[in-house]
Amino acid sequence: MSAYVITIATLIAIYAIVACGLNIIVGYAGQISLGHAAFFGIGAYTAALFATKTGLSFWYALPCVLIISGLVGLLLGLPSLRVRHDFLAITTIGINFIVEAIFLYIPFFGGALGIGGIPRVTLFGLTLKGIGFFWLCTGFLVLSLAVCWWFTRCWAGMACFALREEEEAAAGLGISPVRFKLLAFVTGTAMAGLGGALYAHYMRFISATDFSFPVSISLLSMVVVGGMGTLWGPVLGALILSALPELFRPLVDYRILFTTTLLLLMIRFQPGGLLGETGFLRSRIAAWSRGGRR
Amino acid sequence: MHLFIEQLLNGLAMGAIYALVTLGLALVYGILRILHVAHAAVYTVGAYAGLYLYGAFDSLLLAALGSMVFCAALGVAIERFVYFPLLKYPPYVPLIGSIAVMLAIEELCRLIAGPYILTFSAPLPFPDIHFGSITISATLTAVYCVTAAVLVLLWYITSRTELGLAMRAASQDMPMADAVGINSHFVITVTFVIGSAIAAVAGMLVGIYYNQVYPTMGTVPAYKTLAIIVVGGLGSVPGAVIAALLLGVAETLLIGYAQIPLPRDALAFIAMIGVLMWRSEGLMGSK
Repeated sequence: MSAYVITIATLIAIYAIVACGLNIIVGYAGQISLGHAAFFGIGAYTAALFATKTGLSFWYALPCVLIISGLVGLLLGLPSLRVRHDFLAITTIGINFIVEAIFLYIPFFGGALGIGGIPRVTLFGLTLKGIGFFWLCTGFLVLSLAVCWWFTRCWAGMACFALREEEEAAAGLGISPVRFKLLAFVTGTAMAGLGGALYAHYMRFISATDFSFPVSISLLSMVVVGGMGTLWGPVLGALILSALPELFRPLVDYRILFTTTLLLLMIRFQPGGLLGETGFLRSRIAAWSRGGRR
Repeated sequence: MHLFIEQLLNGLAMGAIYALVTLGLALVYGILRILHVAHAAVYTVGAYAGLYLYGAFDSLLLAALGSMVFCAALGVAIERFVYFPLLKYPPYVPLIGSIAVMLAIEELCRLIAGPYILTFSAPLPFPDIHFGSITISATLTAVYCVTAAVLVLLWYITSRTELGLAMRAASQDMPMADAVGINSHFVITVTFVIGSAIAAVAGMLVGIYYNQVYPTMGTVPAYKTLAIIVVGGLGSVPGAVIAALLLGVAETLLIGYAQIPLPRDALAFIAMIGVLMWRSEGLMGSK
């Protein structure tokens, strides 16, 4: 594989991890979040600050990063208990703008210059770069998918599904909305933090604009295009939405127009996502697994 | 003191502009329960259309009328081809569709008109006004007068005409409105026509006020107007206007007098989250 392909593949794996986290909040617990890039950024900045200011290695800093981004997720997930639907969508947009402004204007976070000089990850004395780091990211992606799979099978996940479908009825059955919504928020944001830490150590330079509102949009688009609430949907979405701009690179000036038009057509004609209930790919896979019979 | 008054006047103008852009959003939310982010793109198109028509006809009135017609058509097209087919899905689906429309229109503006800042220098047909040492520039007067005229006209349409009655009925309960013989899809179309025409006026006003028209001029209003309609109470038009004026004045005064390290756009969202935590239905909303 050429270095170019490895770079794209690594970024796809990182975005897939973050999108999986968003899928837990949006797809499993049914809480719309348009500010997921904020948590991605919080993970990245925490990892970068640990690495550059305290000199802790990636592996020692990682648990702290996960705990901190989970705790911030807990704190910022609190509004979701008070407001719902459209209010929550706008609140999370607001959180994204506020977090980005804090990174950009508070000198402690490097201001407009961002944070540079983040060291590479080492494993067993080996410095991971190129293909090695790609496998590390893939490993973490598999781990995240395992957590997602376990989440859909365990009691907490079932409780979240019930809350998503009908909050009043679920609460009537004794499922605490507070507890399980916050659980989904903490799991989802910790996953975004993991993605952020990997991103910081891969890019080795981060700035506030890497985590701005458009990034949240593309993360949500990944989940929606792939199929909300499905296990593989976010991975497929990350693959499609990260690979397409690269495939359309020859179009240069018309690239953004092309990808946004594609997103529009997707949401217009396949709003459930490719792997969702009525999705195009899902019906194809189902037909194929039945031996081509309809 | 006179600096304070000038700041206040500028803040009011800022708030009036926010109010104009927010009106369309509040109207659309009131009737369809859709967060019409692409409204800000309609506003950008309005500014460009106004600029080109002004260059072609050399008349502000003709430019404004043409731009309003063009934007109304654009708004109705967005409603017909994007929102209406998506109404049966959960609200995040039309929201993402709206954001995609907004980005696509912004890109089209950039590709057609170029990425640079164009100037919109139109001499206004009335002079600056002086009160002692305080000067109210012609553009400031234009912003006040146009906003006041639009607000009065909108108030008249929604509360004194049969069309307004149909709009209010459809926004309260659409199936019921259908049942009593209101053509609710027609009412939706009219709502988009009114909202988009106001956005066109707002776009031209902003273009003249700052003497700038550029492809991404809608980005900040797109999300800030969302904060405004939340603070005003989703779907409440008077609430949105009050929140817009308050925000314009508060922002300008805070930036002028308090040393706050955060930019004004972040302040708007902090204010919004504060209001939401205090009154989760907004200033003028109902539970």
